Amino acid sequence: MSKSVEVNDSNFDQIVLQSKTPVMVDFWAVWCGPCRMVEPIVEELASEYEGKVTVARLNVDENMKTASQYGIMSIPTLLIFKGGAPVSNIIGFRPKAEFKRSLDAVL
Amino acid sequence: MATKREYEVVIIGGGPAGLSAGIYTARARLKSLLVEKGVTGGWIVNAGVVENYPGFADGINGLELADAMQQQAQKFGLETLTAEVTGLELKGEQKVVKTNEGDIVAGAVIVAGGSDRVKLGVPGEEEYTGRGVAYCAVCDGYFYRDVPVAVVGGGNAAINEALELTKFASKVAVIHRRDELRATKILQERAFAESKIEFLWNTVVEAIEGEDTVKRLKLKNVKNGEKSTLEISGIFVTVGFRPNTDYLKNIVNLAENGTIITNEKMETDVPGIFAAGDIRSSSIRQVAGAVGDGAVAAIYAEHYLARK
Repeated sequence: MSKSVEVNDSNFDQIVLQSKTPVMVDFWAVWCGPCRMVEPIVEELASEYEGKVTVARLNVDENMKTASQYGIMSIPTLLIFKGGAPVSNIIGFRPKAEFKRSLDAVL
Repeated sequence: MATKREYEVVIIGGGPAGLSAGIYTARARLKSLLVEKGVTGGWIVNAGVVENYPGFADGINGLELADAMQQQAQKFGLETLTAEVTGLELKGEQKVVKTNEGDIVAGAVIVAGGSDRVKLGVPGEEEYTGRGVAYCAVCDGYFYRDVPVAVVGGGNAAINEALELTKFASKVAVIHRRDELRATKILQERAFAESKIEFLWNTVVEAIEGEDTVKRLKLKNVKNGEKSTLEISGIFVTVGFRPNTDYLKNIVNLAENGTIITNEKMETDVPGIFAAGDIRSSSIRQVAGAVGDGAVAAIYAEHYLARK
């Protein structure tokens, strides 16, 4: 059972921007190899940080409005939102420890 | 916390060379561990379609090929560890592979860690990475639809990237510091026939500039010293690869460019340490070569372990 939340142009504001806890958004696409590699790590993080950070995934193909709004030019990109604005980003496939460091930094 | 594990074979690197070696050692019932710091599959994961790997007349998607290799290796019992190798020590006949997740003791080691992309090392490159500076057309070309972009380099990687980018960009400028390409003939033919691609010969990039995202490049002609500016929205860097052998400097014999010297049995100058794939000096830098190297290294590693 996937612990990550799927977000899109319609619910992005409600789930990400209005969230009381930090939200990590994984911007991905079907045709992006490294994105598929990041996916299992993102799911693990969703479980490990349950209750503390919401982990969300946004398909950039289907949600170009949100993707271009945040200037996404390379995927995978993980943006961490706090209080309705992005506070940190990680671009490209990175080891899990690096994602954890960025998450721990906003808690 | 450092934990110590023991394996008959440790394979460093999870690209086609490492996976091929893993299929062979695991199937030979050798207790095997593959250590990979990032994405298993290696560079083909970013390749889009692999055209020249034998057995696929219509080509095969790089990620699919990598997935298939990994599943095959796992089927035979290859264990994997996500960690970065930071050192290799010799303790008598034992090899100690040091990683950021602890030490692993091995009877034989197959180094298949490949290489990483060389960066330009110019102002603006770090700053604009992910915001106009990119290293993978298949991954990021999508974000450069209908805008002009540049590709730096003159080898196969550069021309492949340029051709891929013509699917998205309005114009592709190939910037190369010499006046002829290193790329293979068939790729050169395709590039020259492509109207969207223009070539800037004898040119190097001096700086990458922009506002929020990349807007222009400062160029220099290396023949006459003339400087110029090129307005583009993205720059794809494909100027070469660097072998991942920093931790092997005083352990095995390396060539001047850092690649590992081996004989036809994939043996290095240290008994029990083998190398496979792009990391080798005489590598052809192709998937077909990598899987061949991996299988050869695995077989001779098996012989080495059985030598008593």
